[in-house]
Amino acid sequence: MSDGLRGVVVAHGALAPALVQEAERISGLTGILRAVTNEGGGREEIERRIAEAVAAEPSVVFVDMPCGSCFFAAMHLARQTAGMRVVTGVNLPMLLDFLNNRTLPPDEVAARAAVKGTDAIRKP
Amino acid sequence: MPIVLYRVDDRLVHGQVVIGWGKPLNLGFIVLLDDTVYGSDWERDLYRMGTPPEIELRFSDLAEAARQHAAWRAEPANGIVLTADVATMAALRQAAPPVERINLGGIHHKPGRTPRLPYVYLSEEEYRSLEALQQTGTVVTAQDLPTTQPVLLEALR
Repeated sequence: MSDGLRGVVVAHGALAPALVQEAERISGLTGILRAVTNEGGGREEIERRIAEAVAAEPSVVFVDMPCGSCFFAAMHLARQTAGMRVVTGVNLPMLLDFLNNRTLPPDEVAARAAVKGTDAIRKP
Repeated sequence: MPIVLYRVDDRLVHGQVVIGWGKPLNLGFIVLLDDTVYGSDWERDLYRMGTPPEIELRFSDLAEAARQHAAWRAEPANGIVLTADVATMAALRQAAPPVERINLGGIHHKPGRTPRLPYVYLSEEEYRSLEALQQTGTVVTAQDLPTTQPVLLEALR
């Protein structure tokens, strides 16, 4: 793993490990993204899991929905963690963009990821 | 009775509430009854983000709820009252009855609580409080989604 931001994917059930696995499979970049599930945890427990994954390092935390326990846990932690940014609506294009640009500043990486993720939603 | 659900769920506004229950109940409004959230602009903004525009999200503390409960029940639109814990719901029922039914939708692990269902953990004090509510006329069941079977309080013993 080279220098750069950490990426943490926080999602319902088995979604986070699946997204991490496929982002690694597509990019060939491993050991950068970590998965956090909400399974069996209330908000405090999910926040503890995110904190463990972030490990007080500059990070972008990708959450599946802009509501619910995953979102609130991430936002609550971000409020007290310097260098941690949150992006919601996680999808593969945003993770791939993150993996390829994670040496940029956190604000810039998070903003890029949000744009890339949104741009991938189309109706061909 | 336009308050169609009194739900205890420590996640408060989230997908199961706004989609799982919100659609079949044709929800017009949600009352988020929580003293902490009521006093925090930051938390209120976060909860607004998670609420679809067709559902009005209202914030209340216990004192306001005691004053407004009857008016909420008289509204034409369907509403949900959401609390994060048993104690707040019990306090509402005591301050401004009636509360005919209480839905336990998501109470997660904390020290002192034991698992009763995968989505319901209760301390003995919480269980006894619910039991007391039921003995005085409020039906208490656990049910995370309308598509699942409700579980009677007695089964959570």
